[in-house]
Amino acid sequence: MSDNGTPRDLKQRYKTPKQEMPCQPAEVRARNFTEVALGLLGDNAKLESYRCIYCKEPACVSGCPVGVDIPGFLHEVEKGDLAGAARVLKRTNLLPAVCGRVCPQEEQCEAVCKVGQGKNGVAVSIGRLERFVADWERNSGMAQAPEIAAPTGKKVAVVGSGPAGLTCAADLARCGHKVTVFEALHKAGGVLVYGIPEFRLPKAIVAAEIKALEAMGVEIVCNFVVGLTRTVDDLMKEYDAIFVGTGAGLPYFMDLPGENLGGIYSANEYLTRVNLMGAYDFPKNDTPVIRGRRVAVVGGGNVAMDAARTALRLGAEEVRLIYRRSREEMPARKEEVEHAHEEGVNFTMLTNPLRYHGDERGRVSAVECVKMELGEPGPDGRRKPVEVKGSEHKIPVDTVVVAIGNGPNPLVPRTTPGLETKKGKILARDESGKTSLRGVFAGGDIVLGAATVILAMGAGRKAAKGVDEYLRTGAW
Amino acid sequence: MQMRVLKDVHRIVERRELAPRVMLYRVVAPLVATARKAGQFVIVRVEEGGERIPLTIADADAEAGTITLVVQEVGKTTARMARLREGDAFVDVAGPLGAATHISKVGTVACIGGGIGIAPVHPIAQSMRAAGNRVIGILAARNRDLLFFREEMRRACDEVRVWTDDGSEGKKGLATDALRELVADFGKVDRAVAIGPVPMMKFVAKTGHELGIPTLVSLNPVMVDGTGMCGGCRVTVGGKTRFVCVDGPEFEGHEVDFDELSRRQALYREEERASHDRYMKEVQS
Ligand SMILES: Cc1cc2nc3c(=O)[nH]c(=O)nc-3n(C[C@H](O)[C@H](O)[C@H](O)COP(=O)(O)OP(=O)(O)OC[C@H]3O[C@@H](n4cnc5c(N)ncnc54)[C@H](O)[C@@H]3O)c2cc1C
Ligand SMILES: Cc1cc2nc3c(=O)[nH]c(=O)nc-3n(C[C@H](O)[C@H](O)[C@H](O)COP(=O)(O)OP(=O)(O)OC[C@H]3O[C@@H](n4cnc5c(N)ncnc54)[C@H](O)[C@@H]3O)c2cc1C
Ligand code: SF4
Ligand code: SF4
Ligand code: FES
Repeated sequence: MSDNGTPRDLKQRYKTPKQEMPCQPAEVRARNFTEVALGLLGDNAKLESYRCIYCKEPACVSGCPVGVDIPGFLHEVEKGDLAGAARVLKRTNLLPAVCGRVCPQEEQCEAVCKVGQGKNGVAVSIGRLERFVADWERNSGMAQAPEIAAPTGKKVAVVGSGPAGLTCAADLARCGHKVTVFEALHKAGGVLVYGIPEFRLPKAIVAAEIKALEAMGVEIVCNFVVGLTRTVDDLMKEYDAIFVGTGAGLPYFMDLPGENLGGIYSANEYLTRVNLMGAYDFPKNDTPVIRGRRVAVVGGGNVAMDAARTALRLGAEEVRLIYRRSREEMPARKEEVEHAHEEGVNFTMLTNPLRYHGDERGRVSAVECVKMELGEPGPDGRRKPVEVKGSEHKIPVDTVVVAIGNGPNPLVPRTTPGLETKKGKILARDESGKTSLRGVFAGGDIVLGAATVILAMGAGRKAAKGVDEYLRTGAW
Repeated sequence: MQMRVLKDVHRIVERRELAPRVMLYRVVAPLVATARKAGQFVIVRVEEGGERIPLTIADADAEAGTITLVVQEVGKTTARMARLREGDAFVDVAGPLGAATHISKVGTVACIGGGIGIAPVHPIAQSMRAAGNRVIGILAARNRDLLFFREEMRRACDEVRVWTDDGSEGKKGLATDALRELVADFGKVDRAVAIGPVPMMKFVAKTGHELGIPTLVSLNPVMVDGTGMCGGCRVTVGGKTRFVCVDGPEFEGHEVDFDELSRRQALYREEERASHDRYMKEVQS
């Protein structure tokens, strides 16, 4: 590197091609639940990191919601010090193995990477490298437990064990506070364990992170439904502060005739049965799921992609994604759309369901749809889909997964008098997630609405800072 | 809440057969025992890899930190449960879940339990009486072998009447006949609560509606999480889709689409049978 920090071999760096990450072949992976992307190999990772030009004002860092020191960790990878790279990553990102896999990098860090600008530019694969480093660290067994400050004698309750809660708990534990995480389900991890499928995020990774958290002294109590097992008010009597990270776990339906027919699932139910309950391995695991021959998934986001790809892996002959706009407008990550397409998902675009038809047993047999066309742009700038008159048609199906979105989980707001909400979301007064109740903070999807893993983690981290300050100063 | 309480093992401290294929389990679950109200349920997982199944809290002892579940053996999970002994434990017990029964003083209340439904009606009878109502318990079943909790219900109610389809105990007739008789005897019944198999609830609700008695039923759709997250438990009530685990389990009976409920309950019949057969073979060999 030259004195001012700019590498001397810029040309060389620009000339290095993007390193591909091996994947399972589409026809193979479409029938198994093991991870699709296999991860960069060591030499390729090194070469990939070499593509970074160490910008003096790295745009990538501002593109990352938690401000990971990207050039910092890339530099360690380039030097071959993976332990060092992991240390840099973990300063800002508690779950790099997760984020490296599921962050929408193409909209965040990689969207603004200097190398990716210009007409032939291809951004540095920051996410893949992040994953590479984190995987290396986990497999090396050399992961270092973070330093923990002397006990403060303060107790904090964290409600919900999704990325927001886990991050908040880790940071608070580091500050020396005694943290208990309360989780409604029998397993910790939130959407990371019940929603995002194994083939995108192996559950062993989440389990390892949770073990690490417990090693830091964080107590995780499952099967504890805040609002019912105990209320937030009850917890306030025993804890000095509370962080609520209960997520967006309320599935939306479209209120169409026939929507309660058998075989019509919310994406939450479908994915929970398969991921959390292990229905892909029925009857070894007890929970069943209907293995449809012809499956329709309604929606166009990440959740819809996950459901469609899960249906394929459960052995469906035909999986059709029904979306009312066009493929370009699907909110899902591009990589996931491509993966789904390669695996054989049928994209039935500009189509909207109107009603469901059932057979004599009360099971769905067809979805009646109408064709859509894109009209004038709406207030959000996207062209509004409008129905094409007379284009009603029936598509035969035996399973439907409704993946049109999730709302905030209402359990805590409903059972906590004085907790202000807006459209069901808990109102946060500032960045730290202070709510209308003294000592109660909130963050993640319950505040933002269905968002992303990294935003939830960022919220957990900011809240931890806020909680720590509150516990030290008592100022609200 | 002591840490010990938070991490308590859900040990079975009492296990007793109430009727053929009906088992009572008293289980350590101190957090649930102290928080539960009539009408609520828990979700239990017997073992790793097991299904999450909802079971009504039939009774609780806050001091001892135990809850009582009364479980009918119908498939793999309940059969697996029946093979556990005192001292064994469930891996997971979550709750109390669902909305508590709305308890108020209305006058005369009929608490009708059909078969296994006698267990969930028991805590409701207790609470209704504690609120100052005159509570008449009705135990109804196909035959005398399927009846249980006679003593418990006698303690909970002002009066208990027994009806069987075949007349092998008590009066001969159906739960609907029992309700009609009550109205004839008392002139007026102000509220009925009917819990049992879907057809029984459907007809009692219908009869109650005809007689002008608001009739509460407790629905039992297939559930997964029990916290409102999956929508698997949805049922149409009053023309609207409701999530039974959080909006219920109790609803005004005449508004419930029972046929839809029955069809949704039967969704996994084939898988359930296969799973049960496989398990029975396994334990026999
Ligand atoms: C199928 C699917 C795929 C997704 N894919 C991506 C992706 O590729 N990339 C990405 O960035 N984001 C993705 N997301 C979004 C992302 O997962 C969420 O934004 C993120 O998990 C939110 O984190 P959270 O901690 O706020 O809540 P959650 O992860 O929802 O966790 C909340 C936890 O709180 C628990 N809880 C709720 N109520 C209570 C209560 N009353 N008491 C105790 N516990 C309670 C819940 O059981 C849950 O475990 C996806 C979401 C889904 C559903
Ligand atoms: C709120 C509620 C309270 C209940 N309380 C009691 C009770 O106190 N005592 C009791 O004996 N039973 C109760 N049930 C029913 C009990 O949950 C089922 O009998 C049990 O799940 C059967 O499991 P299995 O594996 O043995 O049988 P399976 O062979 O799996 O199923 C037999 C039948 O049980 C029902 N069932 C199966 N899985 C579930 C599930 N996950 N959730 C709900 N129903 C299911 C279905 O109708 C199915 O056809 C209750 C159900 C609900 C919803
Ligand atoms: S956390 Fe996500 S956005 Fe930030 S650097 Fe990593 S992959 Fe990019
Ligand atoms: S913007 Fe791209 S090239 Fe610049 S520091 Fe970040 S990763 Fe490296
Ligand atoms: S059981 Fe999942 S929402 Fe009721």
